[in-house]
Amino acid sequence: MREVEYNTVVETVARLCKEANYFLGDDVYNAIKNGLEKEESPVGKDILNQLLKNADIAKNEEIPICQDTGFAVIFLEHGADVRVKGDINQAITEGVAKGYTEGYLRKSILSDPVKGKNTNDNTPPIIYTTIVPGDKIKITVAPKGGGSENMSAVKMMTPADGIEGVKKFVIDTVVQASSNPCPPIVVGVGIGGNFEYVAFLAKKALLRNIGERNPDPFYADVERELLEKINNTGVGPMGLGGRITCLDVFIEVFPRHIASFPAAVNINCHAARHKSAVI
Amino acid sequence: MSEPIRLKTPLTEEDVLKLKIGDSVLLTGKIYTARDAAHKRLFDLAEKGEPLPLDLKGQIIYYAGPAPAKPGYVIGPAGPTTSGRCDPYTPKLLEIGLKGMIGKGVRSKEVKDAMQKYKAVYFAATGGAAALIAKNIKAVKVVAYEDLGAEAIRELEVEDFPLIVANDAYGGDLYEEGMKKYRRE
Ligand code: SF4
Repeated sequence: MREVEYNTVVETVARLCKEANYFLGDDVYNAIKNGLEKEESPVGKDILNQLLKNADIAKNEEIPICQDTGFAVIFLEHGADVRVKGDINQAITEGVAKGYTEGYLRKSILSDPVKGKNTNDNTPPIIYTTIVPGDKIKITVAPKGGGSENMSAVKMMTPADGIEGVKKFVIDTVVQASSNPCPPIVVGVGIGGNFEYVAFLAKKALLRNIGERNPDPFYADVERELLEKINNTGVGPMGLGGRITCLDVFIEVFPRHIASFPAAVNINCHAARHKSAVI
Repeated sequence: MSEPIRLKTPLTEEDVLKLKIGDSVLLTGKIYTARDAAHKRLFDLAEKGEPLPLDLKGQIIYYAGPAPAKPGYVIGPAGPTTSGRCDPYTPKLLEIGLKGMIGKGVRSKEVKDAMQKYKAVYFAATGGAAALIAKNIKAVKVVAYEDLGAEAIRELEVEDFPLIVANDAYGGDLYEEGMKKYRRE
């Protein structure tokens, strides 16, 4: 069995925390740029220009795109034929502490939801592990800000609601969120599974790059339709009115129980951050 | 877009009454950061009629909790946070003389009513444009509640901070108007 040093995990996670927060993905950057051409509102145009300038400054100076450097959400795809020398969860936690401290990232985590104090190193992270074939470990760090996370929703719909019900739920959620998630947003949608899994699907959907469609043409069409409908709501950049409310919509689905029809909407802001590495 | 209006703090009632929703503004002068934790403390003092650690008359509060500064920087990235969390405390602060607020997101009806009554203005800053906004901040000093860390009250000296008037003293609301204007059926 292949072995990976404990420290390799620590260093990789620390680096990904910094890179995710400093460097806006080219896909998002280009989507904002394309949005500028379609934006009709002068205020909206001004805001999109500011976002591009902001991303340039963050990249050149290696400082965070946004001051809310998020909850560190980690997706692990762990090969069955590789092991880390030591506790991998511990190594990831150490990596997050290192990245957030060395990288001058904001520490936003309270040790207990009710009685807590700031942990001062942005730990613990939230870690999702999947065991996959092979002898590699893929680590994705997706820092998630509070403003957009707070506007997300899960709904236990009825099977009779169908896909039309899901579309309405997505649009209502986005309109209600208005300016809070810092539009232009990216929308992750989960359909199927059960109560907790559907939320996970919506979150996982946000790891896709802008323009990456669901491989099933049916859902790819729904993604396109929702994108257009959201951009017709008029919410616009920062909710101040305009054409560009959303940069993309990603749907992830899973089989469901005959009695249930869960749906979830996880909203991400224009600071749609995720960086991966394979070790 | 029309030429931005240049404003200096502290704001007078006359300054406030000039502003209409959709105006773009470049703000220069001293402003104060405060998030909900600091608001709660200010509110409790004001309710009891006790003196606040800073005089809010004519001042502007910026809803922000900056990231740490890298060496050589006066401040870390410092974009606006969601204003709504401060809504329960805001009417009281407007009553004692606060003239302006900077943040992101819609305000409650109570806040909008109080803005009309006490003549105040609410500016939207670009959420997530934190690295860019930090460039407009020239000096920083903690003036109260240091124990709150990122949420302490800081005095910021800003120069040409780009803002948009989201709610004016006449009851105008750009969040509502803007969305209506660009909605398509
Ligand atoms: S919603 Fe996103 S862009 Fe807006 S403040 Fe939060 S993390 Fe930053």
